[in-house]
Amino acid sequence: MSTATTATPTRTGRAAGATADYLDQRTSVGGAVKEFARKVFPDHWSFLLGEIALYSFVTILISGVFLTMFYVPSMNEVEYTGPWVTQQGLHMTEAYASTLRLSFEVRGGLLMRQIHHWAALIFVASIVVHMMRVFFTGAFRKPRELNWVVGFVLLVLSLLAGFSGYSLPDDVLSGNGLRITDGVVRSIPVIGSYLSYFIFGGEFPGTDLIPRLYTVHVLLVPALILALIGLHLLFVVLHKHTQYPGSGRTDKNVVGYPLFPVYVAKAGGFFFVVFGVIALMAATMTINPVWNYGPYDPSPVGAGAQPDWYMLFLEGALRLMPGGPTEFVIGQYTLTLNVLIPAVVVPGILFSALALYPFIEAAVTDDRREHHVLDRPRNRPFRTAFGVAILVAFFILVLAGSNDIIATHFLLSINDITYVFRVLIFVGPALAFWFTKRFCLSLQRKDRELVLHGHESARIVRFASGEYIEVHKPLDEHERWLRVQHDPLRPLEIGPAEDARGVRRKGHRLDALRARVSRVFYEDRVEPVTPAEWLAAQSHGEHDALEAPAATQAPQLTGGGRHLVEPDVQDGERRPTGGGRNLVEPTDPDGTDRRG
Amino acid sequence: MSTTPDQPHGGHQDLVVRPDGTLPERFPDPGMEPHRSRKSDLDEKHAKKVERQVVALFAVSVIGTLVFLVAYFTLPVGTPADIKVSNLTLGLGLAFALLGIGTAAVHWAKALMNDHEVVDERHPVQSSPEVREAAVQALKDGAEDSKIGRRGVLKGAMVSALALFPLAIVVPLVGEVGEDWNVGKFKRTIWARGVRLVKDPDGRPIKASDVTIGSVFHVIPENLEEAEHPLDEKAKAVVLVVRMDPRDLKETEERKSWSYDGIVAYSKVCTHVGCPVALYEQQTHHLLCPCHQSTFDISDGARIVFGPASRPLPQLPIEVDSEGYLVAQSDFHEPVGPSFWERLT
Repeated sequence: MSTATTATPTRTGRAAGATADYLDQRTSVGGAVKEFARKVFPDHWSFLLGEIALYSFVTILISGVFLTMFYVPSMNEVEYTGPWVTQQGLHMTEAYASTLRLSFEVRGGLLMRQIHHWAALIFVASIVVHMMRVFFTGAFRKPRELNWVVGFVLLVLSLLAGFSGYSLPDDVLSGNGLRITDGVVRSIPVIGSYLSYFIFGGEFPGTDLIPRLYTVHVLLVPALILALIGLHLLFVVLHKHTQYPGSGRTDKNVVGYPLFPVYVAKAGGFFFVVFGVIALMAATMTINPVWNYGPYDPSPVGAGAQPDWYMLFLEGALRLMPGGPTEFVIGQYTLTLNVLIPAVVVPGILFSALALYPFIEAAVTDDRREHHVLDRPRNRPFRTAFGVAILVAFFILVLAGSNDIIATHFLLSINDITYVFRVLIFVGPALAFWFTKRFCLSLQRKDRELVLHGHESARIVRFASGEYIEVHKPLDEHERWLRVQHDPLRPLEIGPAEDARGVRRKGHRLDALRARVSRVFYEDRVEPVTPAEWLAAQSHGEHDALEAPAATQAPQLTGGGRHLVEPDVQDGERRPTGGGRNLVEPTDPDGTDRRG
Repeated sequence: MSTTPDQPHGGHQDLVVRPDGTLPERFPDPGMEPHRSRKSDLDEKHAKKVERQVVALFAVSVIGTLVFLVAYFTLPVGTPADIKVSNLTLGLGLAFALLGIGTAAVHWAKALMNDHEVVDERHPVQSSPEVREAAVQALKDGAEDSKIGRRGVLKGAMVSALALFPLAIVVPLVGEVGEDWNVGKFKRTIWARGVRLVKDPDGRPIKASDVTIGSVFHVIPENLEEAEHPLDEKAKAVVLVVRMDPRDLKETEERKSWSYDGIVAYSKVCTHVGCPVALYEQQTHHLLCPCHQSTFDISDGARIVFGPASRPLPQLPIEVDSEGYLVAQSDFHEPVGPSFWERLT
């Protein structure tokens, strides 16, 4: 690109230069361009997940504006006279009638509706997966805790946006969804009935709901989402993006490619890819065919009805909860736990845990440093296991929300499925936690093993003495760095309850609690290989050599230090020097699993 | 870095033993890996090929847009078959228009643009001590200028005014948003003595003699259309009528008079969260809610057999009028539908 500074500017170059000059004199945009044009962003496929969320949201806005031109948010009753034969002559709300018109009479209307709906499903899904990435890699640590909270609020808003939009066509399926919402809202103690009146403008279904949902759906929620996306991205720019561990990547630098031109092309192009894939889905896969469901009527209901995927966990929780003696009458007042627990308390706990996790982890880690290099999930066994346990609980609830579909597809008894899920919702997360934690610790041991002894090369060598060994290939320094770069994490140690003069220390109880939780987090751990351990393994082939002062072993480095395996050790055959063989032991008794 | 088995110590130089003979606590960062060149960096011919691919992808996009426009102007809509074709063609056109641009840009960036990684420094997020001090000073100066510390009444007046004014917006909103706020309406339906049971949706009354054993009717009150809010009333008043062999029917003394010759009427609104309980199983007399699978035994006072509901469905007491049609004896004896705080008040 030639600019005004080029010796012989072209015509476009001169025009661009003049425009830039005009703008800069009025906006000082030059400073911003200088600051941002070459801003460095790290590259990794998992960083695209948040981008998918952003781009599907833009897709939602574009298709949504189209829909508002034809959709009528009104509950006035009309008689259908359009081309869709099965509904002709039926009485329905204008909302439903205009949705039919959008689908059958507006050219491209059905495509836009399906784009809008698919994009909404992908929007929520990509937020959830992006949040998982941030969680499992510890990207929520200081200084990004507040941005985690912003992201969490965005998740809640996306659910609200999805739910309010899902109900707008006023078909029988979404109407029954609203009815369930009404039932859930009414179960809330003291204010439930009034909250129901607040939402529906009187009794369910009333005539106010659709216009109200419309305002929520096209104004309130999108405005909040847009504002918070702005804040979310502002934080990303302010903090600079996190990066995965690797050679040359530290908490004090950011390694990657410049915004212009690489990310302008990659991220800009990726928007078109996301939009394109959604368009492809909308072209080939029917979603929410409301014309088959019919207008809302409080009497009929379809069997095998499913909400959109992000509401399935709530539906599943409602289905799992046993009824029976879970309703209590206190004085004259009714407390109905069979609804309150699954629909309000359980999601309340799940969501609170999610929102507060960064603060809990920081408290029990006593970590006040900034973190910009991400964790490998295996190096944080408790966190990873906790996250997987929550996911498993979520997944079981989603499956429970589809128990009728499972029953009809696999010819099972719906009662049996429900009983099994009632047990699984407790056992599944616990097992997942245990398994994931063990799995992470094993992966860490594998890392240690690799660092200490290198890769197996499958090359068997026979010595003159008749001894066989397998040659091990040591890791190069980059491979090794990935496996040793992380900090060892140990449980908090707290001071004594009383100071030297026997006075009780302030805040000791809180510290003791933190230390207890900290032990839960970090008691089981595998620490990264230290240079001393590594050297000992290289030179002596015996792990217990660790106890010896490291310096005395340093000179032996020159001896060759091959990683060799003796398949069958004959006693008396050990050569004392020169070989530096490593005897890889079948078990690793040097306490790699060091308990505090 | 050489890592062949013949030179097994290739990667060890970075581990420096300190002069005092000790080792560092941690391994040192080996620094950036060397850059690996791409094929298009080394071979100008290959780079040219990539360029042609990018051009072709942009061309695909242009074709996609043209397909979309042609389809828009030529394909009819209106019938389901037309819609299917139109949606598919428009959608595919749009998808290719978008995917062409997207893949072209990404391919260009990955294969042709400079891929040397750049390192930028990070600085602590917090501002420097001087800036912090200046900020605190600015606030102190401002507070001093406003003299707020010395004028307590002014402060109080300001806080009161600011705290009160939102009431002007909130009070009318809360006052109007819930209609009349009379939540007692949850407890009543428009069923009353003598109201005929009619079929949903055609509104025909039901002669008791026409109800055969094993049959099931979805029922609404005859006076539904006269109600002020028919849909609201229907949402509470829907009823399911079933006739079974009177010998199969287990009834309490109190409810013996609520049925008529094996015909029973139960509220169709689930006591769990309010879905219509619409699936009747003739053999077992079980009524299943398709939403959350609460199952009620209609032959035994709508006892709960399975699922999350915690109360039986309310029963509507029925009889026949002088012409032999089914009518209600009264409203339900308890509120229908899901539980709420004031249910028993």
